[in-house]
Amino acid sequence: MRSATPWSEVFDQLLLATGETLYMVVVSTVIAVLLGTPVGIWLQLTAPGGLRPRPVLHKVLGFVVDLGRSMPFLVLLVVLTSLTRLLLSSTIGPTAAIVPLSVGAIPFVGRLVQNVLAEVHVSVVEAAVTTGSSTLRIVRSVLLRESAPALVNAVGVTAIALLGYSAMAGVVGGGGLGDLAVRMGYQRFNDRYLWSTVVVLAVIATAIQLVTNRVARGVDRRRTTSV
Amino acid sequence: MITVENLTKTFPGSTGQVRALDGVNLDVAAGTVLGVVGPSGSGKSTLARCVGLLERPDSGSIRVDGTDLVSLDGIALRAARRQIGVVPQGDSLLRQRTAAGNVALPLEAAGVAGPQRRNRVAELLDLVGLTDKAGSYPDQLSGGQRQRIAVARALAASPSVLLADEPTSALDPDTTGSVLAVLDRARAELGVTVLVVTHDMGVVRRICDDAAVLENGRVVEHGKVLDLVSDAASRTAASLLPAVDQNPAAEGSFDRVADVVLIGFAAVGALLPEATSRFGVDLNLLGGGLTRLGETPVARFRVGLKGERADSALEWISEAGGSVRRTLSGPQGVAA
Repeated sequence: MRSATPWSEVFDQLLLATGETLYMVVVSTVIAVLLGTPVGIWLQLTAPGGLRPRPVLHKVLGFVVDLGRSMPFLVLLVVLTSLTRLLLSSTIGPTAAIVPLSVGAIPFVGRLVQNVLAEVHVSVVEAAVTTGSSTLRIVRSVLLRESAPALVNAVGVTAIALLGYSAMAGVVGGGGLGDLAVRMGYQRFNDRYLWSTVVVLAVIATAIQLVTNRVARGVDRRRTTSV
Repeated sequence: MITVENLTKTFPGSTGQVRALDGVNLDVAAGTVLGVVGPSGSGKSTLARCVGLLERPDSGSIRVDGTDLVSLDGIALRAARRQIGVVPQGDSLLRQRTAAGNVALPLEAAGVAGPQRRNRVAELLDLVGLTDKAGSYPDQLSGGQRQRIAVARALAASPSVLLADEPTSALDPDTTGSVLAVLDRARAELGVTVLVVTHDMGVVRRICDDAAVLENGRVVEHGKVLDLVSDAASRTAASLLPAVDQNPAAEGSFDRVADVVLIGFAAVGALLPEATSRFGVDLNLLGGGLTRLGETPVARFRVGLKGERADSALEWISEAGGSVRRTLSGPQGVAA
């Protein structure tokens, strides 16, 4: 009869895995947002009725983005090992997992950002056009600023999606909570590992949601009450 | 100031090409207000979008101070846009910016910064009477206040032309008045030339010097409002002057029946009584009424006259500045 792993040991492992997960999620979210937002802006600008309509370019770009989104993450993880080696000269560990995580999330962020920007009403954008503003200024002061609350929410959605994806990082030795749950909890029938990781993952996801909700409210200047 | 020449614009439609603008010519003198009116589908919106440089016409020119703006591109187009302030159709304010921030937008684009920008914003908020709302966000303002902020924004970069596309279509009658007052004030205090595109003849009645009627992409009437209404057969007169009901039974007992349009205080007040006493005729008002175009009182009456010198009386009214049109009903056809 095997005795249960002492809680202190579970706790140590959990702490380490949580650190790895947060590291992977935070860094890949930052990279995906930085690289995916321009993709979303580009998609929106080239769309029919956009500021720089380019129907053919828009279709091609949209196709590439959808191709990226349809790729199962597990496959991407393996397919991108050569890119990871090129960038980091290593293909294992949490840092190596950041490459496929980021790349996988870029088209995701692109579509989210495009949808958010498309919500800015056309008369608002045209009003800015008639002031003689440059496209760059309109993107910055009108499209991005007007949709800032929704963009913050999109970052939250991305981070939570990446939290889910990061569970598969164990395949490339990335570690993290998902890996801990599968290796120690599922494969070794250790319920303490399995359920404690589930709890920690739920806490992290909830925290991301709460923080992004609060930040989104903070950047939203709309107020419905009278002064 | 602004001249539109031979503007055409065609859109692909479900049943072939739709000609939205078919050779439109307009001319607005500096410091005047032109109202472009017409039913929906007449090409009003397309015209507004072309003049606002949001839509490129197929052919024709739009000249402001002699410079054609239609063929411009890139930086030259952006600079040209600053010459035409636009109040777009619908809600167009940035909801994440205060009223003052919205008014500042064109100044940012024009590179005006610091105290100069703040002063200009304050001037414009004062012009539209919303200085106390400088720090309010659009969601905290009423529809009329938002529209006045949109006017202030359109005027911020000191354009020579102000284009307003259906500025009052979403407003109730009271707020409509406040927005029109602001447009009128912009003309009076800044000397800006105003072009209002609207389906509402009330806008023409209240602030326009000139009117142009658009139908099927063509200008069918264009001129000074007071000139247009003095022709009782014009479309402008039909929609601006008090209606006259047909009443053949009542008209039958008169020697002469005519529609008379009187413009201005003197004409409205004195012309008909004087004609009565001068020619010894009996004059009855059968219909019509009095209205106001801007500050000018204007009347259209259907009058019935009895007396031997009824013709002379009508002739005299016409010579004294009234516009007289004899109706075909009544016995005068037989008598003449």
